[in-house]
Amino acid sequence: MNPNFYVVLAAILFAIGIVGFLIRKNALVVFMSVELMLNASNLLLVTFSRVHGNLDGQAASFFVMVVAAAEVVVGLSIIVMIYRARQSANVDNENLLRY
Amino acid sequence: MTALLVPLVTGAAVAFWICGPIMVAAAVAMVLSRKAVYSALYLALVMVNLAIIYASQDAPFLFVVQIIVYTGAVMMLFLFVVMLIGVDTRGTLVEKVKGHTPASVIAGIGGFILLAIAIGRGLVGPAIGVEAANQKYGGNVQGLAALLFGQYVLAFEATSALLITAAVGAMVLANVERLTPKFDQTARAKARIEEYATKGVHPGPRPSSGVYARHNSITSPALLPDGSVSPDSVSAVLVQRSGLSDAVALAAPAKEAFAALDVAQGEDEEIL
Repeated sequence: MNPNFYVVLAAILFAIGIVGFLIRKNALVVFMSVELMLNASNLLLVTFSRVHGNLDGQAASFFVMVVAAAEVVVGLSIIVMIYRARQSANVDNENLLRY
Repeated sequence: MTALLVPLVTGAAVAFWICGPIMVAAAVAMVLSRKAVYSALYLALVMVNLAIIYASQDAPFLFVVQIIVYTGAVMMLFLFVVMLIGVDTRGTLVEKVKGHTPASVIAGIGGFILLAIAIGRGLVGPAIGVEAANQKYGGNVQGLAALLFGQYVLAFEATSALLITAAVGAMVLANVERLTPKFDQTARAKARIEEYATKGVHPGPRPSSGVYARHNSITSPALLPDGSVSPDSVSAVLVQRSGLSDAVALAAPAKEAFAALDVAQGEDEEIL
């Protein structure tokens, strides 16, 4: 299997993640788009691990998963905290830093 | 996976051409669905398919970790939070900045082209494959363990500190400080006696619901010794939902039966 296909697939998923991050207003879906981008980069790491014939890429992918898990825990608790204070998960409403 | 199913078609190719389109379609659906819970489920679909692609690329450990950590833990956490706050879908399609959506899509396409070209240039020749690297220590898991506990042991220890910090941080962030003192058993008892002293409300438990010959549900009110209905014997919620049922009518069949018994007993006495 030509690694080029995997690179294109990862790039497509990453681009969809970018678009989702930009156009969605719900903080949860924005966060899911970030997860999609992390997954796309993981796919690239695994692919390049196979291209170069060593396991360092897979180890890096493992670290990305660990960091993503920690990030999700903190990020979701921040979203819940903001929702408690503002009764909204809409990213357009969080504008306190503007003023 | 170099096993040939049919000439020139490998297992990896089959997995790629089945899972790849599903992943792209599910990712697009994730971005476009109005409800956050559908987005979460589509993202879970993407992650499961990605796990299959990992398996087809000789990464069995990451295949399992992807399913356990991402689809198992991360997506369930997402679904929990969606259950807590995701009902809010108001104004999801209102643009605050004019031309925001088309500009975002153009940015996404541009990002895709940049990524595909820039990363594609990093590819040199055909893939070597990780079979040799996997076999070096006797397997994929053993090989990754040799890396994680050897070359990358410091980074591995740092991630453990990161996870602990994240767990503590989540607990601190999600914790709500109590603004009013807790209404515990002592306070409840005191309030009850206070009400008895000031308003004369009975401090003991309230009467149980009525038990009749043909009805004994908690919606039937009890009759007091003087024959009047006791409204306290039925929960206020039930009264609000379906109203107080007529206790006198409920007791009527029993009264009729007793009256008939009295008549029969009188006739017996006459015979004797």
